[in-house]
Amino acid sequence: MPKLTIDGKPVEVADGTTILEAAKEIGIRIPTLCYLEGIQAIGACRVCVVEVEGARTLVASCVMPVAEGMKIITNSKRLRDARRTVVELLLSEHDGNCQTCERNNDCELQTVAYELGIKNITFEGIKTKADVDTSTVALVRDNGKCIKCRRCVTVCNQVQAVGALFPQFRGFKTVIGPAFGKDLSTVACVQCGQCAAVCPVGAIVEQNHIERVWKALDDKTKTVVVQTAPGVRAALGECFGLPAGTLVTGKMVAALRRLGFSTVFDTNFTADLTIIEEAMELLSRLKKAVKERQPAALPQFTSCSPGWIKYVEYFYPEFIPNLSTCKSPQQMFGAVAKTYWAKKVGKKPDEVFVVSVMPCVAKKFEATRPEMNSSGVQDVDAVLTTRELGRMIKQAGIDFVSLPDETVDRVLGTSSGAADIFANTGGVMQAALRTAYEVITGRELPFENLYIEAIAGMEGIKEASVTITDTVPEWSFLEGVTMKVAVAHGLGNANRLMEKIKSGESIYHFVEVMTCPGGCIGGGGQPRFTTDAVRKSRIKAMYKEDSGKKVRKSHDNPKIKQIYGEFLNMPLGEKSHHLLHTKYTSRSRV
Amino acid sequence: MIEMKCDCGSEINERDLVKQLDAILDEYRGKPGALIPVLQMSQKMFGYLPESVLKRISLELGKPYSEVAGVVGFYSFFSTVPRGRHLVRVCLGTACYVRGGKQVLEAIKKNLGIDVGETTPDRNFSLEVARCFGACGLAPAIMVDDDVHQRVKPVKVGEILNQYLTKKTKKGKKSAGKKGAGK
Repeated sequence: MPKLTIDGKPVEVADGTTILEAAKEIGIRIPTLCYLEGIQAIGACRVCVVEVEGARTLVASCVMPVAEGMKIITNSKRLRDARRTVVELLLSEHDGNCQTCERNNDCELQTVAYELGIKNITFEGIKTKADVDTSTVALVRDNGKCIKCRRCVTVCNQVQAVGALFPQFRGFKTVIGPAFGKDLSTVACVQCGQCAAVCPVGAIVEQNHIERVWKALDDKTKTVVVQTAPGVRAALGECFGLPAGTLVTGKMVAALRRLGFSTVFDTNFTADLTIIEEAMELLSRLKKAVKERQPAALPQFTSCSPGWIKYVEYFYPEFIPNLSTCKSPQQMFGAVAKTYWAKKVGKKPDEVFVVSVMPCVAKKFEATRPEMNSSGVQDVDAVLTTRELGRMIKQAGIDFVSLPDETVDRVLGTSSGAADIFANTGGVMQAALRTAYEVITGRELPFENLYIEAIAGMEGIKEASVTITDTVPEWSFLEGVTMKVAVAHGLGNANRLMEKIKSGESIYHFVEVMTCPGGCIGGGGQPRFTTDAVRKSRIKAMYKEDSGKKVRKSHDNPKIKQIYGEFLNMPLGEKSHHLLHTKYTSRSRV
Repeated sequence: MIEMKCDCGSEINERDLVKQLDAILDEYRGKPGALIPVLQMSQKMFGYLPESVLKRISLELGKPYSEVAGVVGFYSFFSTVPRGRHLVRVCLGTACYVRGGKQVLEAIKKNLGIDVGETTPDRNFSLEVARCFGACGLAPAIMVDDDVHQRVKPVKVGEILNQYLTKKTKKGKKSAGKKGAGK
């Protein structure tokens, strides 16, 4: 444990800790534009330079490990001048039109330039030109705004194991992007938007749907309904200065009504519906394998996360049969809203305009998949990220923090606690097991407060097993079977898990994968900046929402019973098959 | 290294070349640092790096296509467009630049009637600029195929280039400088 001083303050940290991290521990913030927590730093931006006594030059604190007896200075004239020079150089070629930039007021370059007190840019040079790539439905890239910090490259390659982005060409011509600087649509990109979540500037942002939604709200011929994913309510408050993990469910509903949505529903309702369908699908696969001794695609993979779906389609097409055929809750909602609910209120599918609010960027892609029109028209018309909803609320001049709490509308709004935890890594699995176990045994899942601790935390790959005993007669063939499940979040972890499954090293019955680290609460569409501490706060909030609900299991949701009674008839039935299930497409990786 | 000279413009050996590429990939699969040597050998075989070859390398070595492209785009040695029978590379590294590399480049452009990145209509020469062959002491330098020519004067470029129109093998004559530099 080396001992050192930073700005005169003594500190003792573990071997291998960098100066930047050591400073953070004692409350000293060193500015940086490229550092990403928990990931091998590369020292690209040079903003984090510090003075180390005895060192010939300034050192980048994000890559320099501490050593015994080091004396470090983080604030001096020399450092302020050096940092200013670095940032001025970045600004000298940055295509910065701050007022019209998507990241205005939410930009790390803008912030650091302000903090350093940069008044004018002394260097005159060639500016990078705006070079906007709108080729994909979920993301927009602009090389003109890119400062080449490589955070997106790190996230895309190391965290997500996708590798769509990499530095291309050389010197001043360097661009960060797909192979040979071509459009994003030409490569295997899963549209998870983690690049947009970590980009310090406006170089990668989501495709903005705000104007599309305003237009629908102004259109008198449309009935505009909105659904909100569970992960949004634990993060939306951050757009208004509330701490991460503040649950704002009631205020969010109130804000949506004030924006003009005639009906405010909840994706949670179809999350419960997903659980019924997905749990029954798992049981039918188990029945096929165990009782009928027929080949069945096991493990079954969850299918709620559209980035993960696209990842399988690109990188593991041989596992497509293992993906649950259940649509995600967003798409089940669209299909049900434009059929079941539309009929209830006497509307045709094309008179209903469905808006989703999602913590996700890939949901924008999912909504436009050609399969997603089982109502006869596109089931979900527009997808807003949490960030976009925050911005709409601001546009409308709503004082969010002072709003009263309101509750969602009936039928497609009622939900169980199991639906809330869909937003957390391990949550879909817990929700599914709460239902599946009870179907098989007639008893509640035997875990305290229905929590399976082993699959709840932030570890990348988690496992659990449940041994089935004393089944109800219908499922007696599962007597004594130990059901093995695994959970992965972040596609890099999913990749490691898939390799284990592929090689036969690990055998499971059911696997949950969420594209983003932490699950949907850490989605590409959430307010910036999502650190692990933020993820944990949001996860805690979702568990709190779950445990506070009277109904904790999807199959106990009375409105779910009602929709099966009135409309769907039975899980995995004819209507379900048409409206709630889907198919996938094998895609080429290069 | 595999001794294969591309006979540009001919597709005859395409299938054999792919077979050879597969042999190389088999040898290098799973080895760290495989990408650059595989790219070098592939370029030597095909004369340039076609998209189909790069995609195959990406899949077989398990490297993202963006990374393969990034490496190809970074090093001026690699080319994704077909080249002429002889490749002329003019060094514009610091030493060569200050000692007249730019004038040498202008003279070659004029002599061949092409710009940087282009190939002569008779497909004899392609022209590129490069950064440092490691021959700074004898700047300005150019490379034609594998030969380094040093202390090149703009008036002499015609003479140097003419050698390559008559000669069949790539082994240099007296005037060719040290070989294999810059690899």
